Amino acid sequence: MRRVIGILLANPLSLLGVVLVALVVLGAVFADFLAPFPEHRGAVVDFLNFNRPPEWPYIFGTDLVGRDLFSRILYAYRISLMLGVVVLAIAVPIGVTIGLLAGYLGGVWEYLLMRLTDVFLSIPPLVLAMSIMGLLEPTLINGMLAVTAMWWPWYTRLVYTITRGEKEEGYVLAAEVIGASRSHVMFREILPNCVPAVITKMTLDLGFVILIASSLSFLGLGVQPPTPDLGSMVAEGADYLPDSWWLTVFPGLAILVAVFGFNLVGDALRDILGAER
Amino acid sequence: MTDPVLALHDLRLAFKGFTGTTEVLHGLSLSIDRGERVALVGESGSGKSVTARIVLGLIQEMRGAKVSGRLRFQGQDLDRLPKRARHGLRGTAMSMIFQDPTSSLNPAYRIGTQFREVLARGTPGITAEAATARATALLDEVAIPQPDRVLAAYPFQLSGGMNQRVMIAMALANEPALLIADEPGTALDVTVQAQTLRLMRRVVEQHGTAVLFISHNLGVVREFADRTYVIYRGRIVEHGPTEAVFHTPGHPYTRALMAAQPRITGGGVPEIAERDAQYGDPMVVHPTGAAAGAGA
Amino acid sequence: MQAVLRVLLKRLGTSVIVLIGVSMLIFAIARVIPGDPARIALGPNATAEQVEQLRTALHLDQPIAVQYLEFLRDLGQGDLGMSLYTNRPVAQDIAQFLPATLELIFVAGALMILIGLPLGMIAARYRGRWPDDLVRVIAMLGVSAPSFVWAVVLMLVFAFFLPIFPVAGRLAEGFDVPTVTGFLTVDSLLAGDPAAFVSTLHHIALPAFALALSGIGQAARLTRANMVETYDRPYVEMARSYGWPEHRIATRYAFKPSLIPSLTIIGLDFAAMLGNAFLVEAVFAWPGLSRYGVEVILRKDLNAIVGTVLVISAAFLIVNIIVDLLTAVINPRIRYSERAK
Repeated sequence: MRRVIGILLANPLSLLGVVLVALVVLGAVFADFLAPFPEHRGAVVDFLNFNRPPEWPYIFGTDLVGRDLFSRILYAYRISLMLGVVVLAIAVPIGVTIGLLAGYLGGVWEYLLMRLTDVFLSIPPLVLAMSIMGLLEPTLINGMLAVTAMWWPWYTRLVYTITRGEKEEGYVLAAEVIGASRSHVMFREILPNCVPAVITKMTLDLGFVILIASSLSFLGLGVQPPTPDLGSMVAEGADYLPDSWWLTVFPGLAILVAVFGFNLVGDALRDILGAER
Repeated sequence: MTDPVLALHDLRLAFKGFTGTTEVLHGLSLSIDRGERVALVGESGSGKSVTARIVLGLIQEMRGAKVSGRLRFQGQDLDRLPKRARHGLRGTAMSMIFQDPTSSLNPAYRIGTQFREVLARGTPGITAEAATARATALLDEVAIPQPDRVLAAYPFQLSGGMNQRVMIAMALANEPALLIADEPGTALDVTVQAQTLRLMRRVVEQHGTAVLFISHNLGVVREFADRTYVIYRGRIVEHGPTEAVFHTPGHPYTRALMAAQPRITGGGVPEIAERDAQYGDPMVVHPTGAAAGAGA
Repeated sequence: MQAVLRVLLKRLGTSVIVLIGVSMLIFAIARVIPGDPARIALGPNATAEQVEQLRTALHLDQPIAVQYLEFLRDLGQGDLGMSLYTNRPVAQDIAQFLPATLELIFVAGALMILIGLPLGMIAARYRGRWPDDLVRVIAMLGVSAPSFVWAVVLMLVFAFFLPIFPVAGRLAEGFDVPTVTGFLTVDSLLAGDPAAFVSTLHHIALPAFALALSGIGQAARLTRANMVETYDRPYVEMARSYGWPEHRIATRYAFKPSLIPSLTIIGLDFAAMLGNAFLVEAVFAWPGLSRYGVEVILRKDLNAIVGTVLVISAAFLIVNIIVDLLTAVINPRIRYSERAK
């Protein structure tokens, strides 16, 4: 572990990633203390200060009803991260288990489970999430559900591929020969070998969940106002380009910074843990 | 007296790493005369493969590698040659065959295509018909039946032994003065390996090609080489005519290496110390018979 | 060639199975929604009788399995039902909007391959040196922002601050291109109108580039990874031992073998584009399937949603079949499936 952190901090690019991720996470956790206008996360209206360009104390400017964009971005991070953590906490166990089952059991199970996965994978991720989200009510919980539904198949695919390879390895045969149960072989023998790849993917995906969630809300199919959300902020501001550029540029940059940070860290982890695809 | 085909003098190689510089070759000298078959024998990690790659100039292109010493090829100083001219020698005046024939041929192209490109190194602008005719003749020489079928095939469609022959034919296509064989056929099974080695010996004799034969397998070396250098930890520890090295191995490392050859009769693989103080003994040189003087 | 045909048939078979699965999935999602779609469609002022009539018309009063079979039977006749939003057959709506979206995706896909693969090749060729780092950063930035952010940024810079490209639309005013394929770039050429053709390219450039950026990043990273692996193979050393210059080794000896694994993933990137097109179209007011899709989703227009998702999935599966065929053509191992040994 110490070695991993050491290598992370040694490379300038991954160091940058660690810094960006730290900024985003700290900003989200301590939003109550860091945001100059914590009350602006809700339905506040301040017509005296609406649509202001960046200037003190509104370092990122204000939106169309006078709320501080910087404060709203911090709270949006909080919700995005929460959504990302919940989605992965549900999608990863499901995806990993199905992948292990399909890869290890083979036969009919493999066929059925992998075709099921194919069905989910052949609807473009965003389109699947959009349809679910549109048909249900656009709430945060449903948003998590929609994104989870499109996310688990990728873990199934990943773990399935690894399991297929590991199944033929000597240590698996050895365990089978001494009479280990199927679940022991799957979860105690094979699963640990999937962990590096899964961890790497999870790091990358924290960023991508933020990206997809913001895409949903950009289309009006995500978290509803007044809850702050990076995607809907960009969508609202897009009508006021180019004059009120800050309305779109700062929330857009906020997405970029978060996803870029998680990407850099995930990429570095992949190099360190040697987990290829 | 003509120049030797290859003469290495006081060759050193060092790699720069994070923790400083590590020297891998510590002043290695050897020479090969025209048409002579010379073996370089040692365990893995002793520096024999990097020596081959230095001769071709592959190591020099790696970052962090520092090569010093003199490399003379057919009387010209390789290090003084302009880069282009040096590059131009590869595949034409010197060529190399590799350990694993099947993975050394590009899986995405047919044998015929790869062959034509090799021929084009020696004869730029060679026509497709001329290339095919020449390739067919060369494949015929290495006893490949139905050369046209092989030319139309991809490497993965052929057996390892076939690919080995193809590689030998390619390496000799431009009549090089020096052929470097890096553990040829180690990836093949023993009978096929023996067969292709005999074949290779016959073909290089016909072409008068000098060979630097790199191996860890003394039995194979004995079959193939006129002269043998034994390399251990980046130093030549013994050299002389192959028979002399075999009959009266002078250096303790050579004796250990010979004892390490598995035999059909006898008590299996002997115990050999990983590192013996005697291994640092001075180099043993066997007098060369009536032939030309031994390498410096 | 037989092997290629075998690949085609096998893929067609699985694709049909998968597509049936998709239809069941989306059908199930569409029917478990809370609320009555007929009521939502008619609005609060409709009488109970009217709602009941619509329920019957939509077969909503029957068990879901029967509904699904009815749907499949109609589908077999190319009938996706009526849209409650436009009051037109869904198939007709989709036929109208799909070409613009496909055109955008094809141009973006071309950009992805033409820019992404060479970038990855350069990174692998100079791995560990500055071009590698530069490509890595470009690629990662590309995938790190959703397409709508890139769309907004590109629009801001290249349409507003530097007014080089138009802000919206597919064609400048004053041109009249008769519809043949629905692809305006193709139609303008068919009509023999080079000025209109230039105008279509001018309009598609920014949206296509915005859509392509993440794909460019993915393609570059993937190509780099595969090529770096290829560089360690003995056949590359063998090519070096024959004295080929490095640029030739990169473009000829290392690129082609590493292209084969890249191709499959590029197919998956197309899937992402089919979704991301929704985001880019929204920014550039591109009259494609996006506005229709979002609108019908917001209005819970069941038939239209099911139809749109099905058509998009079918498009994705078709692209993947094409990719698999290309792979089979490029990869001699499939073409001569190893039996020849």
